[in-house]
Amino acid sequence: MNDGSILSLVTFLPMAGALLILFIRGSEDVVARNAKRVALWTTLFNFLLSLYLWVNFDPTSAGFQFEQKSEWLGGSISYHMGVDGISMLFVILTTFLMPACILAGWDSIKVRVKEYMIAFLILEALMIGVFCSLDLVLFYLFFEAGLIPMFLIIGVWGGPRRIYASFKFFLYTFLGSVLMLLAIMAMYWQAGTMDIPTLLTHQFPPAMQTWLWLAFFASFAVKMPMWPVHTWLPDAHVEAPTAGSVVLAGIMLKMGGYGFLRFSLPMFPVASDFFGPMVMVLSVIAIVYTSLVALVQTDMKKLIAYSSVAHMGFVTMGLFAMTQQGVQGGIFQMLSHGWVSGALFFCIGVIYDRIHTREISAYGGLVKRMPVYAVVFMIFTMANVGLPGTSGFIGEFLTIIGVYQVNTGIALVAATGVILSAGYALYLYRRIIFGVLDKDKLKNILDLDRREIFALAPLIAATLFFGIYPTPIFDVTAVSVEHLVSNYHAAVEAHRLAEITKPLGDLVQLVSAR
Amino acid sequence: MYSAIVFLPLLGALVAGLFGRVIGVRAAQLITSSFLVISALLSWVAFIQVGLHSHATLVPLFTWIDSGTFEVDWSLRIDTLTAVMLVVVTSVSSLVHIYSIGYMSHDPHQQRFFAYLSLFTFAMLTLVTANNFVQLFFGWEGVGLASYLLIGFWYEKPSACAAAIKAFVVNRVGDFGLILGIATIFLMFGSVDFDTVFKAVPAMAGKNFIFLGHEVSVITTICLLLFMGAMGKSAQFLLHTWLPDAMEGPTPVSALIHAATMVTAGVFLVARMSPIFDHSQAALTFVTIIGATTAIFAATVGLVQNDIKRVIAYSTCSQLGYMFVALGVGAYEAAMFHLFTHAFFKALLFLGSGSVIHAMDGEQDMRKMGGIARLIPFTWVMMTIGTLALTGFPFTAGYFSKDAIIASALVGTNPAHMYGYAMTLIAALLTSFYSWRLMFLTFHGKPRASHEVMHHVHESPLVMLVPLAILAVGALAAGIVFEHWFIGEGRQAFWMGAIFHGGDDILHKIHHLPAAIEYLPTLMMAIGFVVSWIFYIRRPDLPKALAASQEPIYLFLLNKWYFDELYNFLFVRPAFWIGRLLWKGGDGRIIDGFGPDGVSARVLDLSRGIVKLQSGYLYHYAFAMLLGVAGLVTYFMFLGVH
Repeated sequence: MNDGSILSLVTFLPMAGALLILFIRGSEDVVARNAKRVALWTTLFNFLLSLYLWVNFDPTSAGFQFEQKSEWLGGSISYHMGVDGISMLFVILTTFLMPACILAGWDSIKVRVKEYMIAFLILEALMIGVFCSLDLVLFYLFFEAGLIPMFLIIGVWGGPRRIYASFKFFLYTFLGSVLMLLAIMAMYWQAGTMDIPTLLTHQFPPAMQTWLWLAFFASFAVKMPMWPVHTWLPDAHVEAPTAGSVVLAGIMLKMGGYGFLRFSLPMFPVASDFFGPMVMVLSVIAIVYTSLVALVQTDMKKLIAYSSVAHMGFVTMGLFAMTQQGVQGGIFQMLSHGWVSGALFFCIGVIYDRIHTREISAYGGLVKRMPVYAVVFMIFTMANVGLPGTSGFIGEFLTIIGVYQVNTGIALVAATGVILSAGYALYLYRRIIFGVLDKDKLKNILDLDRREIFALAPLIAATLFFGIYPTPIFDVTAVSVEHLVSNYHAAVEAHRLAEITKPLGDLVQLVSAR
Repeated sequence: MYSAIVFLPLLGALVAGLFGRVIGVRAAQLITSSFLVISALLSWVAFIQVGLHSHATLVPLFTWIDSGTFEVDWSLRIDTLTAVMLVVVTSVSSLVHIYSIGYMSHDPHQQRFFAYLSLFTFAMLTLVTANNFVQLFFGWEGVGLASYLLIGFWYEKPSACAAAIKAFVVNRVGDFGLILGIATIFLMFGSVDFDTVFKAVPAMAGKNFIFLGHEVSVITTICLLLFMGAMGKSAQFLLHTWLPDAMEGPTPVSALIHAATMVTAGVFLVARMSPIFDHSQAALTFVTIIGATTAIFAATVGLVQNDIKRVIAYSTCSQLGYMFVALGVGAYEAAMFHLFTHAFFKALLFLGSGSVIHAMDGEQDMRKMGGIARLIPFTWVMMTIGTLALTGFPFTAGYFSKDAIIASALVGTNPAHMYGYAMTLIAALLTSFYSWRLMFLTFHGKPRASHEVMHHVHESPLVMLVPLAILAVGALAAGIVFEHWFIGEGRQAFWMGAIFHGGDDILHKIHHLPAAIEYLPTLMMAIGFVVSWIFYIRRPDLPKALAASQEPIYLFLLNKWYFDELYNFLFVRPAFWIGRLLWKGGDGRIIDGFGPDGVSARVLDLSRGIVKLQSGYLYHYAFAMLLGVAGLVTYFMFLGVH
């Protein structure tokens, strides 16, 4: 395969769009209008371009594809790009959600439109870079640089408490990142390379794995976010503009899960096996805890933010079960949650743009004036609840199946999430959509307009289509996940054998020394 | 043909739902109803082909989930059990569609209503045609969704919204068990395909596995978990609370979903799983106990309710209990037979009461009815037929199916079978009492409605009466016509292995019971009728006096054994309370308090402290230096001399 530059193209095309916007001149209106158009067309085109990856992807191979490698810094750091069955779909997810993000800010962003669009395009490029990079340093650069535009998006275009939220977000994620940087340096000293495919075959000594695992975990757990380091998420969501929330919930949270899949599990299998039960316990705590918290929220966005934490609990639980169903279910759950939660935040943005409050009690009876909106919101609510036939079901169900094989108790507690999610999601729906429309402010509220329908339609299509026919996604992930799972178990088994035979070896040594 | 049966309702739902506003009310009604009628006719064809001519088939559609060894396909499994359900679902559904054209004629959202009805039917059909546990779960949840939407159809009523959420969430409690049951099946059998699992069951019998740290029987655990799902859907004791509230929905919905079809899904599930359940005596005993308890519990509550629909709702609950008793003692065919006949007469009763409500200007309280038999004679006749069938009057549908259940309970072998027998027998008396109470309060005695309402009482339009008449035929004849096939001599040829059988043939044994015992249920029915007649026709002052003298019991029954209050106290309020505690205390005070907020506050404190040190006075710095030197010297003097 020599189409090696396609990944770079997909990654940096949004940067080119951003550059183009930078050169737009004219009155403020003209600049804003053109900036929006350039951003929309760039993201749309980039989505189509990224589909090339999916079409030409070879699902029978577990290796990296569309690889591109060139020397970059000092011989040990290279510019190495490539995707496998695990990362490829995250690239598609990113390009798929971006047009909706651009459309979400179309009318509601009034100040610094040009800068806003540039920030989003750069953010897109950096996020795609995270999923494509095959060099540890390159990965780290993309991973961390993504924080900056997000920090700005919340800090500049956010709500009243945006400064607090953006600092909380930054501090939390940065603390994790510092530890990860240390781990990366340690890995370099140990393995002598930054190349991810090489590192994947390198065997780190078990004692070292523990420390490396913990350092990476600090970063990914915050990103995910896992309980108890999740409290930045509700604040960040509440203050972020709609599109910021969509990106945050839809894509950025998935970097944590992707990190587990790319680094923690394959590179430190012994440590993952050791800490696996802890991760699963934290996951189910997250599921029950945040679902209960979601039940009592009075702010729509916070409610959805908490439900995101609960859904990510299913993901981490599934990943660390390390069964085929658990991991594939986890990946599917991440993708599905990507568009479902993105769409839910978009839906909330729709009514926020009209009424300018996130208080649930300010709404009620919207179905009367907004029937189309009610239907759309119902579809995504049901996907959030995990109703079969929507994509939300498949990930949730498979992760439970996957975990059940490892630990019935964990799966049992996780399954209570099924009851709780129905509770908070339907309770929210009822308070916003049903009831009598008697509040003056709502009397003239308008249903979805063309722009909003255009943004939401692909998300509905993905939710329903992959709920009924998820095979395209499973086909892509199957072989890579199989490879991951079997290598993992082989490594864990080898370590176990070594542990058992170690006293024997010591004895032999002792005897021979005599 | 089978695909048409299943997908025509979906097509109807999509057309009415998406293009309802374009095509208008009439077109939406006609399209959904006619699709359903076609589907029903085809179902009867399928019933004859499969049931009477033995042509069970499997129609594969396409792959759904394929992850490692976890493989799930979309497919339509058509055997006798499915065919019976197809007939029940599509027949009642098509009649309810037609009836609704009249009943809902004043509603502004009819397209939505018909779309929901058809959507429900589609989901129910995917449930009964499932060939694996996951597709079954799809249908299972699909009907739950449709039920939620239809209960909350009048969304401006807070009570309807609350009832809708309650229905969905309580059902989800059952689904929790169902999901874990499916997970256990996959864990132990490595497949979720019906046939594969059923074949492997005998080998698995008697094996144990570790569940939550305890070693438990595989089969019993699976059965109990699956049964939890059935309890939720079929509103069995402990998970029954949603069904009476579900009466907030329009009456045709109650007839279709909460009487004839969806609530029987649990019965269908257990019958479908008979190859598994038959290997666990413990699980079957549990099923019997829950069924019998539900039968008697719901019947006692039904005695004192005043809302006409709630009486029938509790009656449904109670009759579902009967079916589970039959399943529990191993008479799966009898359960399915009762499901079949019950669908006709209970739908008839609901639609009949809808006709009464329609006539009475939306009044549902029986205390405000009475004396309208002469004004709406056709409805009266229909309701009487339904009541006769429900109470098991000789040669009506209920007589065959219900008495077969009571007899099966008597000859059953599991430890709880006598409990089942006693409860169902007593419940037969209670059923007769509350059914006739309903009839007498509604149609007979002195009119208690206002003069104005009485003036307007009118018979319903033909479009509502024809479905009633068709159901009445079913309520009268379904027993006598189909007894031979369902539970009689022809049953082996009819079921053809769709229902599994262990050693004991319960249905064979019931034919050898003494005649006196056979007539006992009929006697119970007669007693119930007579008592009811005395209470509500002969001496109408008696009920009030009795209620006053036995007030605690009366209130206990009137408040449905206080289950709602108990659950509110045990689950609902604690959930909100804990949620608030975790949010304010857990997230706010502890995690943020010691985490980011705490750390940044400490950093600020620290930097303020350091700022204070930098006072700018030379003698402060000199003093600090002196202290440092003194410290160093001391250190070297005592420790650094080596």
